[in-house]
Amino acid sequence: MGVRILPGDPALLIMGTEASPEQAAALRRALGLDRPMASQYVDWLAGALRGELGRSIQYDVPVGGLVLSRLRVTAPLTVLAALFMAAVAVPLGIYAATRHGRSGDYVAMVLSQLGIAVPSFWAGLLLILLFAVRLGWVQAGGFDGWEGGLGRGLRALLLPALSLGLIQAAILTRTTRAAVLEVLRSEHVRTARAKGLSDRVVTWKHVLRNALVTIVTVVGLQLGQLLAGSIVLENVFYLPGLGRLALGAIAARDLPVVQGVVLFVACTIVALNFAVDVLYGVLDPRIRHG
Amino acid sequence: MCSIRASATGSGRWARAALHHHRSLALGAALTAALIATVLGSFVYTPGDPLLMDIGARLAAPSIAHPFGTDHYGRDLLARVIRGARPSLAVGAVSVGLALGLGVVVGTVGGYLGGWTDEALMRLMDAVYGFPAILSALLVTAVFGPGLFMSMIAVGIASVPVFARLTRASIMALTGQEFVVAARALGAGDAAIVARHLLPNTLSPLVVQATISVPMAILAEAALAYLGLGTQPPLPSWGLMLREAQNFLAQAPWFAIFPGAAIALAVLGFNLLGDGLRDALDPRGGGLARRASARAPSASAGRAGGSPRRRGR
Repeated sequence: MGVRILPGDPALLIMGTEASPEQAAALRRALGLDRPMASQYVDWLAGALRGELGRSIQYDVPVGGLVLSRLRVTAPLTVLAALFMAAVAVPLGIYAATRHGRSGDYVAMVLSQLGIAVPSFWAGLLLILLFAVRLGWVQAGGFDGWEGGLGRGLRALLLPALSLGLIQAAILTRTTRAAVLEVLRSEHVRTARAKGLSDRVVTWKHVLRNALVTIVTVVGLQLGQLLAGSIVLENVFYLPGLGRLALGAIAARDLPVVQGVVLFVACTIVALNFAVDVLYGVLDPRIRHG
Repeated sequence: MCSIRASATGSGRWARAALHHHRSLALGAALTAALIATVLGSFVYTPGDPLLMDIGARLAAPSIAHPFGTDHYGRDLLARVIRGARPSLAVGAVSVGLALGLGVVVGTVGGYLGGWTDEALMRLMDAVYGFPAILSALLVTAVFGPGLFMSMIAVGIASVPVFARLTRASIMALTGQEFVVAARALGAGDAAIVARHLLPNTLSPLVVQATISVPMAILAEAALAYLGLGTQPPLPSWGLMLREAQNFLAQAPWFAIFPGAAIALAVLGFNLLGDGLRDALDPRGGGLARRASARAPSASAGRAGGSPRRRGR
């Protein structure tokens, strides 16, 4: 509802400032913008439940299709960032926990502390400076679509995914370390060691399995953060994704698009949290049967 | 012999951990103090005018005259980085203050009254919490227009649920404690019990959370300013400076390096301070105290027998 009171008149935006007040009023009537806000909101909500998110004022196309078309960039970007995050953070967190109090642990913690402090968009600018401006290995920004091939598309998303995943990787490293340390101190691990099992077997078979519930919970929450973080990163790398769509829509007072993007992101986060809840049962049978 | 060596190794490890612990706390406090001193000092002195343009000196490399170089309008970057600390700290302080204030009220009402009031308030907090901070910040600034004040409000609202949940948990844990029952038996009213007995005992986790929330607010403010939704030109802000620097990465890399480093150092300082404080104020006698008690059980037993109020923390 708040978005409905955005400053600026969508009717004037469509027709230009040259439009007469009568023409603007007619268009406002046609768009339903002259009705009470509560009535507009109820209509929009009913449409959203039917999967209709309205039409974009700026592009004059259905919002649902617009959001889906931009997912071709945002979804792979989020998935790539999540893969980078998990590939770096989980092994580093386990490494730090198994070397608790030793130099390897301190190095990992210093790295994660630095990673948390660096804003993702600054990391993006530094990566552009190094890999695009200085070395010329990748393009500084933009996305030519998937038509040019999978490799070319992935190359364009590589630096954005690294920048997006960095801060979340740092957080996940600390979470993984804490979760593994907690399990390492438990009695069943001591028993496993007393039985003469090797460190490798103890870590991978007994420790990681039990630490996984905590790690998966945090990863689930982080996927939502990554999706939201892409709003900023897409603007650093000029990627035509959901984030740039939302920001452009705010600037152009394209209210249905802003609502559509926000609703989509919020629903995705709810769905991710639900998926994490389901995954608990798979990872830990005690939760399924409890 | 073996046990002596093991004990010596254990002591060494503990000492190293203690040193590390103090070092990060000290480093965090030093960085945070430097940031606050920079902001306060900027009201008295900045090396040059952060708004003064000098087109002849545009994008000048770092030199003695301009230690951080100049931007695309020839403005001194050191002066702008120093002046740019103000919005960061302002958003950090005001938004966390707002979140703390609202969160304590919501958490106290929910935790103390319980029942449907608590349910309704917590579901509302869940809804706010599930919404990523940057998205709600975008919405608030989109509705009410961009600017520093709106950044503060937006970031503050996004942080309310954490403080509400912490306060509620502490209040619920404390409500059944003997000293609260005793206060009630002595005729204290609800308001007096909450103000004089419950709230003072919820302070330490809230202080730690506030320290942890400030760097998040600084990052959010920087991101909003970078998107053009926070501080507006020509006033300097670290995020806004990075937005301007993006078009000149090849010609003037220093333009992007110094404001970004300032954000990272400010966030690092508050994070280290928050971590150190959390260890020091851990209700389970965490951090160094927990490690010490693991080594000397008798000493920890003595310490555990503190006052009920202390244990309630």
